[in-house]
Amino acid sequence: MKRIYSVLVENRSGVLCKVAGLFWRRCFNIDSLAVGETEDHSVSSMTIVSSGDERTLEQIEKQLNKKLDVIKVRTFEESECISRELTLVKVKYNRNNRKDIMENCQIMGAKIVDLSKTQMMIEICDTPERVEIFLKTLRTISIVEIARTGTLALMKCKE
Amino acid sequence: MTGADAIVRCLEKEGVEYVFGYPGVAIAPFYDSILDTDIKTVLVREEQNAAHAASGYARTSGKVGVAAVTSGPGATNLITGIATAFADSIPMVCITGQVNSHLMGSDVFQEADISGACESFVKYSYIIRNVQEIPEVLKEAFYIASTGRQGPVLIDIPIDVQKEEISRFRYPEEVKLRTYKPTVQGNKVQMDKLLKELKKAKRPILCIGGGVHLSHAEQEVREFVNRNQLPTVATMMGIGVMPTDDPYYFGMVGNNGRKYGNRVMNEADLILMVGARVADRSISQPSLITEGKVLVHIDVDPAEIGKNAGPTIPLVGDIRSIFTVLNKEAPAGDYTEWMEHLNEVRSEYLESIHHRLEQENPDYVSSFKFVRTLCRSLPDTAVYVADVGQNQLWSCAGYFMKKGKFFTSGGMGTMGYAIPAAVGAKLADPAREVVAVLGDGAFQMSMMELGTMRQYHVPVKICVFKNNVLGLVRQYQHLTYHDRFSVTDLSGSPELDKLAEAYGMKYRKLRSDQGMQEAIDAFLEKEESFLLEVDTDPDEVV
Repeated sequence: MKRIYSVLVENRSGVLCKVAGLFWRRCFNIDSLAVGETEDHSVSSMTIVSSGDERTLEQIEKQLNKKLDVIKVRTFEESECISRELTLVKVKYNRNNRKDIMENCQIMGAKIVDLSKTQMMIEICDTPERVEIFLKTLRTISIVEIARTGTLALMKCKE
Repeated sequence: MTGADAIVRCLEKEGVEYVFGYPGVAIAPFYDSILDTDIKTVLVREEQNAAHAASGYARTSGKVGVAAVTSGPGATNLITGIATAFADSIPMVCITGQVNSHLMGSDVFQEADISGACESFVKYSYIIRNVQEIPEVLKEAFYIASTGRQGPVLIDIPIDVQKEEISRFRYPEEVKLRTYKPTVQGNKVQMDKLLKELKKAKRPILCIGGGVHLSHAEQEVREFVNRNQLPTVATMMGIGVMPTDDPYYFGMVGNNGRKYGNRVMNEADLILMVGARVADRSISQPSLITEGKVLVHIDVDPAEIGKNAGPTIPLVGDIRSIFTVLNKEAPAGDYTEWMEHLNEVRSEYLESIHHRLEQENPDYVSSFKFVRTLCRSLPDTAVYVADVGQNQLWSCAGYFMKKGKFFTSGGMGTMGYAIPAAVGAKLADPAREVVAVLGDGAFQMSMMELGTMRQYHVPVKICVFKNNVLGLVRQYQHLTYHDRFSVTDLSGSPELDKLAEAYGMKYRKLRSDQGMQEAIDAFLEKEESFLLEVDTDPDEVV
């Protein structure tokens, strides 16, 4: 089971270490973790995706809440939120597959952001599932390197 | 006013009476400032023991214990003591000196990242880089250490910050933390559910954990037990809440507990876990207390509830507050039949004990009999500190007390806890008799503290179970490795009579069960430190 934790923390040095250390010490998984400042400079937002059984996922929430640098923990399933992941991927191309790659980009709404004679860099910002689908098509070609932000998520807008 | 003066002023504001520690250059400004106050300092002989002494002090006085040591090795030596306090949720503030803040991170002499190293053993930690933060940080630290689920808080202060001038000292009246609001009052709905289940139950049992001591709820829990005529057991950390001979008390549970205590738990249809972690040593299989039973789990820490066993009724809050409310309700059910059954089980046990106490071993001292005889001879309010190992398990089995206190390192199982903790306990309440019971292994881990006892005239009574082996590990090797004993031989131990003499302590040796009472009487007769060497059988299995 997967769960997304949106965690508001005090924007202090060492907080990321404390939160990450908690996952490590208690043998919880981190599928992805993204951190950034919020509109309030004293508060950072962490989006953590974890997986495990129900009891583990509940413990994660309780243990996060116990940390004195954690202001608020919200958890949600993927259906309750809008989630995005930004990925940059560099591929090697040649005359034969250039068009295929461009077509795939078009279908998936990805952008080519850099280009040389042999390589191109593609940017895709989408749900984690769609990013994965896109990367799957590229893997059949030749991926040079990838950088991913991990999932960012916010609860859907209220009516 | 310097930063160091400010820290000391904060300690005064918090009513700190003792600081246990070990100085060094990085904490020198602090130890200089403390000279101008009435706060008493105790120089332990190794930093770990500063934390243990602070723990014994905290557990006796109900106040926050304070330890202060220097940077680098001073701080890292303290870690085991901090981890020990953390495992048993003992309120403590640990102050460590740190190298100059401009040099932090460059691996200079005696630099250690102590707050990083302690992260998983502290409730919270601070590195003070700005001298102006001192009053606020100290106020928060004492508040955090002593509220909610209590525990150690670490404050790391670079030497330059201790020396810096603070422009304005104002100690905050209250703490405002947006991230920390421990639940005190129990949820009314959950409490009603509890009472309803208690009414329905035929075979309920209340299991007392260390949390009852920590929230100072001994009176309230006893009252609840008596009002409801509710059979009760305890974990190792919960020993001492119920008087041992209370008709409703059925002893300690767990893999080292009384057989009938565990049997009682297994046969129950409702278990009220109060301030207990449901950890492996008390509840070997969480399924045993959940399957086909109603489990009510009361704890101040929501993360403990459901961590090891999923309860039917979770109830978060301060135990004292919850039981004060519960005691206003009329007794819920009638468990006479259940009690009758339990009393039958108990009488079988009491008979076996009686038989054991009657026997006299001419070759060695029987550990169980010794503990029981010692407890019977201690004043009602004595503090009994058990170390770790066979001595601890004998102590749990034989402990007999009415209004006394029982301390041990239950969660971490740190050898060498007893003597420094006993020193802290005696300083906290000099009127109480304090006795430390430990094996010869733990004794040699902590015997340097005899110097502390001598220097500060702390008349602690020490019983050393001497069998020249690491008894509990050896017992494990006997049972699990079929007598392939590895690294458990402890020959080469010092002659304790000479050691006692060297430290100016009274000494006596008890070789067998013969003359036990007389030896114990002599041991307890005067207000003086005393070392009683007790020869026990290395093959005795607890």
